[in-house]
Amino acid sequence: MENSYPTRDGDGSLVRMTHSQLRSELEEGTQAAAARAKVPLLTTDELDHLLDIWASPARFSAVDIGDEVVLTYDGSGSKTVGTRTQDLLIYEQMFGADSVELAHVDYSFKAVKTILPHEAQNMKDAQLVLTAPVMYGAMPNLGLYSQPDGPVPNWSELLPMTKIAEARAAQEEAIEHAVKDMVAVADAMWEAGADGIDFDTAGAAGDADLLATLRAVEKIRAKHPDMGIEVGMAGEFVLGVHGQLEYDGVRLAGLWPREQMELVHRAGATIFGPAVNVNTRKSGAWNIARALTLVKPCMDVAEIPVHMNVGMGVGGVPMSSYLPLDAVSRASRACVDILRLDGL
Amino acid sequence: MQITRGMRIHEAKAYVAERLGVRPSDLSDPLAMEDVRRQHQLGRITTFEMSYATESSAMEAKFRIAELLDLPVNCVQRFRRHAGLA
Repeated sequence: MENSYPTRDGDGSLVRMTHSQLRSELEEGTQAAAARAKVPLLTTDELDHLLDIWASPARFSAVDIGDEVVLTYDGSGSKTVGTRTQDLLIYEQMFGADSVELAHVDYSFKAVKTILPHEAQNMKDAQLVLTAPVMYGAMPNLGLYSQPDGPVPNWSELLPMTKIAEARAAQEEAIEHAVKDMVAVADAMWEAGADGIDFDTAGAAGDADLLATLRAVEKIRAKHPDMGIEVGMAGEFVLGVHGQLEYDGVRLAGLWPREQMELVHRAGATIFGPAVNVNTRKSGAWNIARALTLVKPCMDVAEIPVHMNVGMGVGGVPMSSYLPLDAVSRASRACVDILRLDGL
Repeated sequence: MQITRGMRIHEAKAYVAERLGVRPSDLSDPLAMEDVRRQHQLGRITTFEMSYATESSAMEAKFRIAELLDLPVNCVQRFRRHAGLA
């Protein structure tokens, strides 16, 4: 009888799978990604290596000594133990974080804009006591600009009424507001001493959300040539909620990670963070093979560091509140070993 | 080097290692880096039992890091300007 190994489903459940089952899951995962995104399958050697990582009862798995990469974060503490600066210090001094990220619990540029002086002061104070680079992070979150939360008509209400032109106009107006807010926050953070700014979950509200981010990045790069700019994506595929938007002559709807990265680089970012969402009804092995297949084309052409999103529900890590270390470490190792990423 | 220079990981490791006079593999070796950090005053981890009150930390260490890596660090440049050190 074939040995079985403890492994995780996409929802984090602990299950057992045999060597053959794991192999089959990996093959199906890469085939699903290749078919959907029209990208190459993982090679036999790469699938073999993934199988070596997954067919193991070890609690923890890790890259070889010397192959370590650096980590950036989407937030590192939100008054978990006291102040946010204390949280950042814990990440630096106790977790050994390579960088930290100051962030507000609302984590949206629109919300941050209303408390910007307070946030900027916090950045300045944090820089005095931290040695590691301190980024400031938030989400473009274009939806917040639609009614009733924001000033423009709600395109999610307009679209079901087939008011397509009105929905598109509303998104285009929201882009203008979002760009202003993102640039204003970046300006204030740079003046306060930030090392960089992180646009997290870019494209979450679709192509207009991504366009707002790219335009903001372009403006920030022009104003602050030395500022670090990280753009992390919301998912593997840009939804065409608007459908007609372009950046630099490229239609945004339907872009996969490689094309996303090329535009992010062109806009002026220094780090790109691809994100591949987890299918909770599939196994961890299926999900990691799918994620790696979708991101691998990035690595062939990357000219800036690529920090893949590897965490709760993305990058082959199960979607669960408390992440099992066995799953996180396997996914992280697989991303670095197979993709030769620059960071996570 | 990645955040502000957009360097890929191997290029960044090679650059930092060369500036520090170590091998790239030393950068992730805590014992090797403990000596490097002490020697160059780059900041060290303090705990209740081990404190380094007479050595550089945080902003002081970032002055050293900026100089050693020939890397403009935003908060260091602003500290200089605000403190009248520029």
